[in-house]
Amino acid sequence: MASLDDLKKRIASVKSTQKITKAMKMVAAAKLRRAQESAEKGRPYSEKMNNVILNLSNGISDKENAPKLLSGTGQEKTHLCVVMTSDRGLCGGFNSNIIKKAKSYFAKILDEGKELKIITVGSKGNDQLKRVYGDKIIENISFKESKNANYFDADKVGKMVIEIFEAGEFDVCTIFYNQFKNVITQIPQAQQIIPLNNEGEENSSEESYEFEPDEDEILSNLLPKNISTQIFKAMLENSASEQGSRMSAMDNATRNAGEMVDKLTIEYNRSRQAAITKELIEIISGAESL
Amino acid sequence: MSEEFKVEIVNPEKSFLVKDDVSEVVVPAFEGEMGILKDHISIISFLKPGIIKILSKSGDENYYVEDGIVEFKNNNLSILTSTIFNLVDMDKSKQQDLLKQAEEEANKTDINDQSKYLADQKVEVLKTLN
Repeated sequence: MASLDDLKKRIASVKSTQKITKAMKMVAAAKLRRAQESAEKGRPYSEKMNNVILNLSNGISDKENAPKLLSGTGQEKTHLCVVMTSDRGLCGGFNSNIIKKAKSYFAKILDEGKELKIITVGSKGNDQLKRVYGDKIIENISFKESKNANYFDADKVGKMVIEIFEAGEFDVCTIFYNQFKNVITQIPQAQQIIPLNNEGEENSSEESYEFEPDEDEILSNLLPKNISTQIFKAMLENSASEQGSRMSAMDNATRNAGEMVDKLTIEYNRSRQAAITKELIEIISGAESL
Repeated sequence: MSEEFKVEIVNPEKSFLVKDDVSEVVVPAFEGEMGILKDHISIISFLKPGIIKILSKSGDENYYVEDGIVEFKNNNLSILTSTIFNLVDMDKSKQQDLLKQAEEEANKTDINDQSKYLADQKVEVLKTLN
């Protein structure tokens, strides 16, 4: 059994860890509110953008010559995956959930004999992926300096993706991120952004739009912007998810630390009691033998 | 029947402005300025650097934008833009900053014609604000 002194030290160290996790939880909670707010505020933009594009692609007459960003290159040989994770740890299953989702997707692609290229956003994802898929990672981006997700950063990633696309280096692009549902639930998402798939919700409005300039030109201007917007949305969702996940993880950690302190304190008291009893027995039996 | 419609300006970070008593909006569309009144035909267009004028009962407002998309449908005007400034909040120093940036961009030699044109537009518009 550990000595009294050891137990005392353990208790003190668990208590100080508990203080740290408690503080982290508070910070995460404060940040979460802000991140959640901006994620919610950012939604109208990406929704509107999607709507406009939907209307445009419905209205486009010549589907054969549609911009490649919309219709794809016509093949599906090379896949580019943008895996978006956080830069910091201690946020529960946040990063591992994305990585797990991404890895199963990677395995599927490789099984089908297709080529795979990876861009990681956030250093945690890079750390976890480089061991297995190190040779597939073509770029690693990290926004450690910027405090909050901002459009400028997203635009940088978007421009990079488009540049690589225009160089003909991949056919399909998918982004991986965590969608924020609530504090305890974040859903890892795989969203295909190139070519754009208008899944479901066909806009039933048959209303025709007037375009100025013509559809093709608007589309070719809009699609790159849409990529950045989608990435920005993913970044916002991600940052809200990260804080939410960290908050619940730290909440758990604080609770576990509390339980541990209780257990250790009982053990400490017990062994103290045992030591006293032992001493008493020794004294009494010593006195009796006289 | 009132002659008013709703305008919404959204930027990536938030919904920038919502107004539902607007009588006319003038936007710097790509092929020239465009005035939009109530019951305009549905239209999608995009913007070049310029000034958005919003005329309403509660007063006129002017915004400087660098890019964006306008969509008008069912008397709802949505403007999506990544850079927008209210001219009221725009002081001299900010304007000079933007102007300097735009000029730098316009003087680059390795950009294509379209970006050059847009940068020139920015410079022109910013200069007229003085």
